[in-house]
Amino acid sequence: MPQATAAVVADGLSRRFGPVEAVREVSFAVAPGEIFGLVGPDGAGKTTILRMLAGVLSPDVGEIALDGIDVRAEPERAKLHLSYMPQRFGLYEDMTVAENIFFYATLFAVPGKERRARSAQLLAAAGLGEFGRRLAGQLSGGMKQKLGLVCALIHTPRVLLLDEPTTGVDPVSRRDFWAILYGLRESGVTILLSTAYMDEAERCSRLALLHEGRIRALDTPARLKQAMLGALLAVSGPDPRGLRDALVDAPGVLGLLLMGDRVHVRVDDAARRTPELRARLASTGHAPEDIVPIEPGIEDVFVALLGPGAPA
Amino acid sequence: MSLRRILALAFKEMLQVWRDPRSLAIALLMPLMQMVMLGYGVSLDIRHVPLCVFDQENSQASRAVVERFVASGWFAITAALDSNRAVSRAMDRASCIGAVVIPADFSRQLASTGTGPLQIVFDATDTNTTNIAMGYAQGVVALVTADLDARWTAARGIRPSGVGVVDLEPEVWFNEGLESRYFIIPGVVAVILALVGAQLTSLTVAREWERGTMEQLVSTPVTPFEVMAGKLLPYFLIGVIDAAFCLLAAIYWFGVPFRGSAGTLLLTTALFIVVVLAIGYLISVRVRSQLGASQVALLVTMLPTTLLSGYTFPIDQMPAPIRFLSLLVYPRYFVTILRAVFLKGSGLVELIGPVLGLVLYAVVVLWLAARAFRKRLD
Ligand SMILES: Nc1ncnc2c1ncn2[C@@H]1O[C@H](COP(=O)(O)OP(=O)(O)O)[C@@H](O)[C@H]1O
Ligand SMILES: [Mg+2]
Repeated sequence: MPQATAAVVADGLSRRFGPVEAVREVSFAVAPGEIFGLVGPDGAGKTTILRMLAGVLSPDVGEIALDGIDVRAEPERAKLHLSYMPQRFGLYEDMTVAENIFFYATLFAVPGKERRARSAQLLAAAGLGEFGRRLAGQLSGGMKQKLGLVCALIHTPRVLLLDEPTTGVDPVSRRDFWAILYGLRESGVTILLSTAYMDEAERCSRLALLHEGRIRALDTPARLKQAMLGALLAVSGPDPRGLRDALVDAPGVLGLLLMGDRVHVRVDDAARRTPELRARLASTGHAPEDIVPIEPGIEDVFVALLGPGAPA
Repeated sequence: MSLRRILALAFKEMLQVWRDPRSLAIALLMPLMQMVMLGYGVSLDIRHVPLCVFDQENSQASRAVVERFVASGWFAITAALDSNRAVSRAMDRASCIGAVVIPADFSRQLASTGTGPLQIVFDATDTNTTNIAMGYAQGVVALVTADLDARWTAARGIRPSGVGVVDLEPEVWFNEGLESRYFIIPGVVAVILALVGAQLTSLTVAREWERGTMEQLVSTPVTPFEVMAGKLLPYFLIGVIDAAFCLLAAIYWFGVPFRGSAGTLLLTTALFIVVVLAIGYLISVRVRSQLGASQVALLVTMLPTTLLSGYTFPIDQMPAPIRFLSLLVYPRYFVTILRAVFLKGSGLVELIGPVLGLVLYAVVVLWLAARAFRKRLD
């Protein structure tokens, strides 16, 4: 995509903390109205990237442009147009929902009338309409995150940066949360979020898969899955761990991932390997209940990228 | 700079202080308690100060003198001793804090010269008590003198002036600058405000770092100056209330005469509060933990303030390098100002020196604090 029209451009970002290279040469461009996901395990560098984009942490090298504003040169100008929701709850727990909203609205100079209209609308969308006078510290985890989103949206930002916004959030709140995000996308707000949930990653328009500070893959969820080598089989049985261990060095197996009560097995050729695997498991006393071909999820893509034999 | 943002920050801070009743109570009551404690430390009406007697004459006249000390109610005679060594041992053991020493020729000298030398030795380790006890001793001696005058008059039928005077030769093992309570109490006010003020603001930025609210705050367009102004404002109100408590206690409770104008007092006090709050804020910005910030604030304010502000130890008797160092100790300016406003009724014009000292301090510290606050996590 041409960079001139991109809402957010990161170009060659690197950042180290002492010996730790938290982010290494990360580049991407996000189009207006995209929901761009940063996915990766703990310590992959998601928070560090979002902090640099938010202008609260400087990159050692690299450039950031936000709606054409150079964030390194003019962080304060960029801050007028963005909202950042940190991974750790960043609002005041000893203030009520309404007081937190009022505070952030005033910091962004939102006029009173607009503030009242927007906060009523956002609170309703977040299912927080009744809780205006509740102390933020007394909200549940999901409600806290939704309040964070309301405060982040009170000034109509052009770019929204969310760091693991739905971690520890109940499914109902997550649904509310995503409904709001989709609504925002319609109105042209650009959203960057990090997530540890793979099902959530699949809702993003594009994903950057991060590992040890580097982007290992960057594409739409569908194309990332297409690009994965081999085929995926789900093997289920009473002892999934035993199943996995029995398959570690089976011929034709490219990768293994324990997923609850099943094991995802990536193989070079599904038709040929299915009977082989069944026989091998039977001989080791781990007779599987079932072996079925499945569509890969993002976590499978991840394992394929990072596991043994993965492209460097 | 946006006034609305400053007010929003101030309102937020105010709410948080208000919702934390324990710290609010501490912020408001602590200074008053310290005032009473420190104030009484220097000015309590001391009763039954333990005294020893070394009466080398043991005559009717000498016993009358001792009797006067007891009758005053201020002193209690804890031992009758028979040597100077015994006196010094008794004081070392702290069985008395002073001794009345009456020479063997007390009556003879009184009769021949009209004055009787009387020595009172005080242990000055507790200077405040000594200070007051000495005042009382002088009072007793005045009574003894009046007694002698009366007797002389009765015996001779005449009233010669200057006869029958008992000389008090106080011997205090301490510097000469023993100050009266009127002198010390205004200094106590300054010291308390310096300590409490820095404590108040030392927590305010550190708290946001600890609670994780700073990360979101610095991602907004708020400016460092706005953060500082917004955070100082509520504590300024608390500081003014604290100051009012202390000053009113000084005037109405401890009876320090107030000869100056309320306007001068208000203006200079407000200025001083700005300085002490700004110091605490600067520390809070630098030290990102509440405990650390509060301890640094205590360290930075406690020693210099108690030792070098001149509130008990006179600055002009310090060695030159320390005197020079004390120029940096901002409470000294306010000690000077308060004393002058209270006791001499000085106005701003006479106080231009120390007032400018505080103004300079305020400007420099506020500037440093505004600069020290970075909207960055690194
Ligand atoms: N302020 C910091 N000081 C030192 N190391 C840090 C700091 N922030 C992050 N790191 C390190 O940088 C790496 C990336 O961290 P982070 O960006 O928080 O990852 P993620 O959000 O993906 O879990 C980790 O190894 C982490 O320990
Ligand atoms: Mg993180």
